[in-house]
Amino acid sequence: MQEDLFVAGHTACAGCGQSLAARIVLNAAGRDTIITNATGCLEVFSTGFPQTAWRVPFIHSLFENASAVASGIEVGLKALGIKDGVNVISQGGDGGTADIGLQSLSGMLERGHDILYVMYDNEAYMNTGIQRSGMTPAYANTTTSPPGKLSLGNPQPKKNMAAICAAHDIPYSTTASVGYPRDIERKVKKAISIKGPKFLHIFVPCPLGWRHDPSATEKIAKLAVETGLFPVVEYESGNISKVMQFKELKPVNEFLKTQGRFKHLMKDSPEIKEAIEFLNKIVQENVKRYSLIKQ
Amino acid sequence: MKVFMEGSHAVAEAIKMIKPGVVCAYPITPQTHIVERLSEMVADGALESEYVNVESEHSAASVVLGSTATGVRSYTATSSQGLILMSEVLFNIAGMRLPVILTCVNRALSAPINIWNDHQDSMAVRDAGWMQFYAENNQELHDLHFIAYKIAENKDIMLPAMVCMDGFILSHGYEVLDLAIQDQVDKYLPPYKPAYKLDPKEPLTMGLLGAPDVYMETRYAIQKTMDEVLPVIEKEEQEFEKIFGRELPLLIEEYRLKDADKVLIAMGSICGTIKDAVDGLRERGEKVGLLKIVCYRPFPANKIYEALKRVKKIGVVDKAISLGSSGPLHLEVAALMQSKREAQPISGFIAGLGGRDIRPKTIVKIFNLMDREPQSARFIDLNKWYKEESAIMVS
Repeated sequence: MQEDLFVAGHTACAGCGQSLAARIVLNAAGRDTIITNATGCLEVFSTGFPQTAWRVPFIHSLFENASAVASGIEVGLKALGIKDGVNVISQGGDGGTADIGLQSLSGMLERGHDILYVMYDNEAYMNTGIQRSGMTPAYANTTTSPPGKLSLGNPQPKKNMAAICAAHDIPYSTTASVGYPRDIERKVKKAISIKGPKFLHIFVPCPLGWRHDPSATEKIAKLAVETGLFPVVEYESGNISKVMQFKELKPVNEFLKTQGRFKHLMKDSPEIKEAIEFLNKIVQENVKRYSLIKQ
Repeated sequence: MKVFMEGSHAVAEAIKMIKPGVVCAYPITPQTHIVERLSEMVADGALESEYVNVESEHSAASVVLGSTATGVRSYTATSSQGLILMSEVLFNIAGMRLPVILTCVNRALSAPINIWNDHQDSMAVRDAGWMQFYAENNQELHDLHFIAYKIAENKDIMLPAMVCMDGFILSHGYEVLDLAIQDQVDKYLPPYKPAYKLDPKEPLTMGLLGAPDVYMETRYAIQKTMDEVLPVIEKEEQEFEKIFGRELPLLIEEYRLKDADKVLIAMGSICGTIKDAVDGLRERGEKVGLLKIVCYRPFPANKIYEALKRVKKIGVVDKAISLGSSGPLHLEVAALMQSKREAQPISGFIAGLGGRDIRPKTIVKIFNLMDREPQSARFIDLNKWYKEESAIMVS
């Protein structure tokens, strides 16, 4: 049986996609790993003094500097002459990565540090109570993008972080979903076998923020991929090298109806029709860009 | 070895002998000459360090946080806006008890943008949990770095330290100084052996969540250590003199103070100017003196009180202002003296902001103003046009 390096006893919510993904990532990376973590749910629920859920060295500094701290650790290990054989993993949520931490992540990628960055994307600032982030999908209801008389929720679609990172010409950038644990495992192992900066974007449902049943986490994580809303792709040296393809895609409504954050879209009105059309357009663009349909 | 050298290079030479495993900084005037020289040393193989070019000061501070956490001696330097951008990380470094050393080349803060010297930047982060030392001249500046590492890395201390130097005045000014010798440095400063580090062989979690039941104790622990630093500094003063053969005041320096009736208190390069002015006034029979503060954090309150208790009039010259109150050093001295017995009159003077020149005649003027009713924040050498027109300046 595989030894767990991220152990029970932390205080994550039932059905937390991020805690599942973190365990898969760390177990795949193994014991010789040092982790830096941005401020966020994962750090808060796993390191309440005097306890810790981490059986590897772990450091949390601030919200936006996990990549820079990881850079310091990597050069520190080089200075000690022990970099080879130690994996440095930097991780954060979508806010700490795609918003406030984007600059330090870009710096880390640009400098070519031998680090794997993992973004756990639950599509909002969940640690502070479900506020919108740059990774929140269009029309999601968050506490700072609520639907109202003049609004249908979050006005913008998600940022394409894996493509942004791939554009730094790093050797490996990829997306994954916690609905497919073996895929994550394979990608972590592949990433740490490659020298240089790597980026892994993991889609992790949040039962509290998305208002779904805790038992539905895996199903929803799969539905995002199966509807074409969240393409699972790999970039090697800037180019798309592999895509998770389907014979046909499920309608976006299959994904939306599982979560309370899209409840306001479950009505019939011209605006909502337009909104669903917009989401379908995103899917169509994904289909074209990534060849999501198996021919 | 006596050399004629720019202040920035005197710092770089000290760092070379200190041999940090990681050097990381972002360029900002007037700090740049330090890290440029260090990067040359690394490029030439004269300094075996990982030199990291980062995309911001926030990341520079974060990189040395990470490298120090792996148990590697690390160095950074900055100025002004750079220090303020780092400020979030500075608190974090201190809270994690990581002995990072930073040279702060003191510079004014925006707006208006101003690249010249005052102490507003380091004063703005005085509460971050870092030790702060202010150099009067390039000799002190060079030497303070050895001591900063020695004290910071002491297993009983484990706190970061900032060596502050006046931008341009010291950083770009040339002086003759006695350069340390590598053997002396090696004897004085052993390689860094951390009490704790990130190591897969012995996993530990750093930077945990500290709930209300533990957070206050972390602050108490730092405060307690700050108290314990003072005797350690005094011991290092002697240790330093023994190995390097020269005196280096680390807490305070008293200049013609013993029999002085009027004493000015100040920090940094202005102390040299004050010493000149004191000499001039003494020749005219005026019993004046200087109390130089080298160590501002921890604040050596008892030493300062002992030096001042019989002085009749006290003046504090600040190169910074806590806007809406008075100079930070003035506040500190006033609070200290007021807390003891009967307090003497304490005048606060704000001078030299944004590089405004401070000459010996300015100091003489300040000594004369001490005879007037004390004010807590009297601005010295304001432009005449500003006073006359009561102009409203919009920056």
